[in-house]
Parts: sequence; structure tokens; C-alpha cells
Amino acid sequence: MKKTLPYLIVSPYLLHLALFVLFPVVFSIVLTFHKWNIIAPMEYVGWGNYWRLFNDRLFWKAILNTFQFLLVHIPLQIVIALALAYFLNQKLFARGFFRASFFMPVVISGVVVTILWQQLFGLETGLLNRLLINMGLGRVEWLSNPNLAIVSIAIMATWKNVGLYVILFLVGLQTVPKSYYEAAEVDGASSWQQFRYITFPAINPTFFMVVILSTLGGFSLFIEPYIMTDGGPLNSTLSAMLYIYKQAFGYYHMGYSATLGLFFAMLIMMVVAVQKYAIENDE
Amino acid sequence: MGVFKPYKFILYVLLGGAALSFLYPFYWMILASLTPEAQIGELGVAPKGITWDNYAQMAGKIPIWRSLFNSVIVAGLSTLGVLIFGSTTGYALAKLPFRGRNMLFFIIIFTMTLPFQITLIPNYILMVKFQWIDSLAALVVPALNSAFAILLFRQAFKSIPDDLIHSARVDGCGELRIIFQIIWPNIIPTIITVGILTFMNSWNDVLWPLIVIREEKLMTMPQLVTLFAVGGRAEAQLGVKLASAVVLALPIIIAYAIFQRHFIQSMASTGLKG
Repeated sequence: MKKTLPYLIVSPYLLHLALFVLFPVVFSIVLTFHKWNIIAPMEYVGWGNYWRLFNDRLFWKAILNTFQFLLVHIPLQIVIALALAYFLNQKLFARGFFRASFFMPVVISGVVVTILWQQLFGLETGLLNRLLINMGLGRVEWLSNPNLAIVSIAIMATWKNVGLYVILFLVGLQTVPKSYYEAAEVDGASSWQQFRYITFPAINPTFFMVVILSTLGGFSLFIEPYIMTDGGPLNSTLSAMLYIYKQAFGYYHMGYSATLGLFFAMLIMMVVAVQKYAIENDE
Repeated sequence: MGVFKPYKFILYVLLGGAALSFLYPFYWMILASLTPEAQIGELGVAPKGITWDNYAQMAGKIPIWRSLFNSVIVAGLSTLGVLIFGSTTGYALAKLPFRGRNMLFFIIIFTMTLPFQITLIPNYILMVKFQWIDSLAALVVPALNSAFAILLFRQAFKSIPDDLIHSARVDGCGELRIIFQIIWPNIIPTIITVGILTFMNSWNDVLWPLIVIREEKLMTMPQLVTLFAVGGRAEAQLGVKLASAVVLALPIIIAYAIFQRHFIQSMASTGLKG
């Protein structure tokens, strides 16, 4: 075998890496110091874009909205996924059917799910409000109340993704040998104690994975508010990604949107690192 | 025919309710897309006057079949590229010794932790400079490699005994033939996983097409349906909007109904990378 052969084999990847990953990372840093609409020549603005970012109230609002989304989405997702996985982890009739139906929305495009839920959330004829009225309760302004709209979107996102986390928890739960529970039973441990000292440690790695994956998913929240609310009402569902998109492709502020993208990516990496640290040092 | 157990009964009620809450909305959506506009508001479980009218109107307003074709081409080519380049790069990392191999491995891991928000804007500018805006190249070429696929293939190739490769070389096989003819038949599960994941990612992606495609006849299906839903061309006709969503969902629903187990296994494996 020739010495150059391995390099020849990895060369398509290296070319791709250089072009679509390494160059963009370097170029995005260059862009943050410039003002540019692609057509006119680039204009050097020093730290101008960074100053603008720190004083951009709408951007901070979008970051806050994104965190609000995560704050509802992650706990809801974990509780429901864990409960459903727990129910599924026993001898059951039609277990495969339940598993497959929970997983169904995971494979369907977010575009379909959003168009569907826009209808479910409808004020007058939406299925949810019709259900509430039939139960003798009042209407809910799912998407038109600025305090509620981001929560509604978080509920929808949970419905879409929870099936994946059910499967992940189920894999985690199945790693615990049955004999552990039997032994605990003999020693007189309560169900809560069994959960706390046997189940929980076993699914701890899954727990970590679920938090990281749904954090990353939540930070890329874009198409749901884009279709449903266009960021409204009163910018209450403007996600960070939607704001970056609008700056770049609505106003062609390339330098500024690159600055927002870089800053936001740093924030994501920091949040994930903090979560990693917190979970690993939990015990 | 055992004894009635209240615990099991409650369990089935809970699970059944959950399953219903995931399936019923899709059933309702398909039914509503077949219902005359005036009746959708009171639609529940039973059909109220079946009509294809919504589909006919939708297909008259947007080139939906053309976008289906575009999506199949884009997702198909991306998947093919990722399978080929993922295999070759993964093979080199697993089986060929060369200087810088460990470094390359760490670079690949690093690219996986890099949020796409950094590279989005510069990549768009790259497409403008290449004059790839409004071309399929913008959708396919940047998607030809995937770090995750390389790592999965590397893992699969590591489990193949070196003897198999050595004896193939003695028989005069080149490296490409070794990868695709000798080893591929032994790692079918990895190929299926990478194939499903890549195809689904490409099929469902909408942010990147929104950025690089402006011309309607080149749009992918999720993009076209998105712009139809937000653009006002559905003229607030719910049934027409839902019809476009059904056409977008149906290929995946059918594929999922057939290959359900593979879908679940593949997508659950994305979680195991951490």
C-alpha cells in the first residue's frame, strides 16, 4: 500500500471540512468586525457590531424568550418521557404499538406539526378550545396572549419530540437487572426508595443526554415561530434563531448577523458546558 | 384470561390515552384536508362530506409535485454522498495507519460540538460567491459529508477483523473494492442507520433551503409548504393549507409504517453519541 493512499481517501472530507467548516468559522470572526450587505464593499467598523449587540434590546428579548421556552420545554419533556417509559417498561399487550405511536411525531417534519398545531391552538374552532368548551371550561388564547404564546409553542415542541426521549429512557431503564428490585423488595425498600437508589442512578446518563439534546434543539427553535406567529404577539415568541434569520435575510446585515450568530453559538457552548459540569458533579 | 387487575387496567387507559393524543391529530389533519372548508370547524371523528377539492386547489397554486421531485433528488443525493464519503473516511480512520490520523479524529469530534449558528451566515455568503443561489448544488454539496456518519462508520469498520482486509489485498482488491464490496455487506445495520438519519435530516430541513433557494420551481417540499402556509396564498383556507401539509407528511408516514423498527433504532442512536 502506498503511503499517500490514506490521504487520497480522506481528501474529499478534508476539502469539504476546509470549505464548509474551517473557512466559515474564520470568516465569521472577520465578518463580526465589518458592516456588509454583500453587494457594497465591506466596511470596517471595529467593535461596532459588538456594541450594537449589547445594546440591542430586541436581541436580548429573543435570548430571554429562548430561555423561557427551554424552561418549560425541558422539565415537561423529562417528566412525560420518564413516565411513559416507566409505563412501557413492563410486560404489556401491544407494547410495540404504543412505542410506535409515541414516536410518530418525531419522524414527521416540523413544518407539518406546526401547521397542524396552529389549527389545534385556534381561538374559535381550534380542537383544543372546542375540547375545553365541551368540558365546560373557557377558551384559552394559546397564541394571541403574549404571556402564553411561547409556552404554547413549548407544549407543541414537547409533543413532537417526547417520543424520542421515551425510547432513550426505555433503553436506560432496561439496563437495570430485575434482581435489584427483588432484592430491594426483600429488604423492605419503598417504591420511592427503589426509584431514588436503583432506577435514578441507572438512568442518570440518559437524563444527561436528554437535557443536552433538548437544550440544543431548543436553541435552534426557528420554524415553529416562523410559521405560527412570526415572532409575535409583541415579540413574545421571537426566538434568537428567528431574530438572526431576520437580521441576515430580511435586512441583509451580514456583519451584524454573523456577530449575533457567533455570540449565540458561544452562549450555547457555555450553557451545555455548565449543564455537563452540573450533572457530572451531582453525586 | 387472567384475573382482572386494576393496576394493569389503569396502565392501559393511560397508555391508550397517550397513544390517542399522538395519533388523533394526524388522523384529524388527513380528514380535514378531505373536508369542505365550511365543515372543518365542527369536524370531530366522523367524516363530513369527503372532497378532493382542497388538493386540486392547492396543486393549482403551488408546484407541489415538482417540489416533491426536488426533495427526493436532494435527499437522495445527500444520502448517497454521506454513505460514500462517510465510509471512505471512516475506513481510513479505522483501518489505515497514517500521520495525523488522531488529529483528524479530534477535529471531527470538534466539528460535532460546533453549533451551526456560527457557520450559517458565512456558508450563505460562500453560496453567493460560488453563484450557487437558486441551484441544487447549494442544497446538496454542503450536505455531502457528516461527522456523525464518519464516526458511526469508523466504529463499524473497527469491528471488522484485519485478516479479512489483508486476504482481500492479497487477492488483489483495491481499497475501494474492499470498502464497498467486501465490508459493506457485513455492516448493513450501520448503512441503514446512516441512510435513514441522513435522508430524514435532509428531507425535513427547511432553514437552509429558505436561505439559498428563492425560485419556486427549485424549492424543496417543506420549504414550499412553509412559504405557502405563511405567504397568504392559501387565502386563509385551512383545508388547502392542510392538504399541502398532508402531501409533505405522507411519504414519511408510509415509510415509517413499513420500516418503523429501523426508524426508531436509528433515531435513538443519535442520542447515544454523547
